[in-house]
Amino acid sequence: MIHFDQVYKRYPNGREALSGLSFRIEPGELVFLTGHSGAGKSSILKLIALIERPTRGQLFINHQNTAAIKARSTPQFRRSLGVVFQDHKLLLDRPVADNVALPLIVAGVPRREIDKRMRAALDQVGLLGKERNRPLELSTGEQQRVGIARAIIGKPPLLIADEPTGNLDPDLALEIMQLFKRFNDVGVTVVIASHDVHLIDRLGARRIVLEDGRVVGADAPHPGAAPSAAAS
Amino acid sequence: MPIALNTWLARHAQTLMGSLGRIVQHPIATAMTMAVIALALALPLFFNVLLENTRAATADWNQAFELSVYLAKKAGAERAEALAKQLRTRPDVARVRVITAEQALVEFRESSGFGKALELLDTNPLPNALVVTPSLAASTADGTQALKVHIASLADVETVELDTEWVQRLNALLDLVRRVIWLTGGLLALSVVLVVGNTIRLDILNRRAEIEVMKLVGATDSFARRPFLYGGIWYGLGGGIGAVLVVAVATALLAKPIQRLIGLYGSQFQLRGLRFGPAVLILGLSMALGWMGSWIAATRHIRAVEP
Repeated sequence: MIHFDQVYKRYPNGREALSGLSFRIEPGELVFLTGHSGAGKSSILKLIALIERPTRGQLFINHQNTAAIKARSTPQFRRSLGVVFQDHKLLLDRPVADNVALPLIVAGVPRREIDKRMRAALDQVGLLGKERNRPLELSTGEQQRVGIARAIIGKPPLLIADEPTGNLDPDLALEIMQLFKRFNDVGVTVVIASHDVHLIDRLGARRIVLEDGRVVGADAPHPGAAPSAAAS
Repeated sequence: MPIALNTWLARHAQTLMGSLGRIVQHPIATAMTMAVIALALALPLFFNVLLENTRAATADWNQAFELSVYLAKKAGAERAEALAKQLRTRPDVARVRVITAEQALVEFRESSGFGKALELLDTNPLPNALVVTPSLAASTADGTQALKVHIASLADVETVELDTEWVQRLNALLDLVRRVIWLTGGLLALSVVLVVGNTIRLDILNRRAEIEVMKLVGATDSFARRPFLYGGIWYGLGGGIGAVLVVAVATALLAKPIQRLIGLYGSQFQLRGLRFGPAVLILGLSMALGWMGSWIAATRHIRAVEP
């Protein structure tokens, strides 16, 4: 599903975030990227979402070399990807319904179908009935679940999340993580950047440990997934 | 196919109303932008209305050349009548009107405002005069010139004036004024494009976060740009309506004084305001300018907003 091959990422300010990073994530896996802040977790997710491009090395997603995806095909690519952010990135002046439906609206899906799928997505995160609310009328945990509903409404095969529980207390964090696990159970590949070691241990999912832009340790691939060749 | 078209239309209609809704959310900023557009468009539009009126008022002067024939002081009213009679027999003369010195004095006293000063004069300083209108066939530059030479050769005729030069000068002046109006109009239209472009640029900066999110979930640049294009069209429409209103009010305010002024020249003249057709044209033009400004700004700045 995801294959980093000797990827380097150097930002314009000269900081090298990734230094020859290589690993593989197979379809259907649930993987946590862990490590201290600045280890390169966010950079990896940005490269997967095509927000950033590798300085050197190659990144394959779904057997497609991302270097071959031109700017004009980027929107199409992103529609096959669900992204969850630590700060939700919700549109605060729009009701929950519009926020969740946004990926379908920009993809030009007919209104009637959008309504149906929007309700289904809200149902999956347990927020059915909050369609007309504004994001700020919801709790932090609920806002994060709106973000997740938006990420999964397009039924993407790949879901990535950057510190999705960063602002939540432990109970809520576990709830959110179990939500991700449920999507993984139905076949969605899920990659979560998190430094919450205790939580990751409780979930027992595969970990890729990063330090200074390199992989310094990785668990064996997810039991349910195809054999992986996670390199260090 | 019809379903796809319906969806497409519905989506555009939704974006159209959505962009209107957002514009209305900032009534003061929106009103200011529209007012700037309205004033920029109203100025050349108003001058054009005045120009068109001037052209309409002077249109018949172009054809009807008249020869003013001033007789010598010693020639009396009887002599004037005799000359008129003689001229009326000519084939190149359509009409001859006699204006006696007394008539001329009365008219001058009423219309010039020098009534009191004229009363101080012992004798009438004005001569008897004839106003000769050439026949249609003779209403050419050569024809009138020949007639002028003939009349000038008659006895008791002091001077003959052919009032074509100033008509030509007036026409040249009106042409020049029209060009100036077009030039200023072009420059002000450009400024409308820039004003809308700048407003849209600020709109985009204000909604940067929203555009980022939209792009992150797979919006194309043209999708993200669409509401701003509609926004530009709304600004243009609002500004265009404002310009038409400004011109209507200005024309109404000036109608009375202009009528009085023209009345002093003994002419019946009604100031014509902006007509329906040109008004609609102006609305279309201002919408096009708004669209152009927003297109330029949105295309550039939306591409620059990257998550």
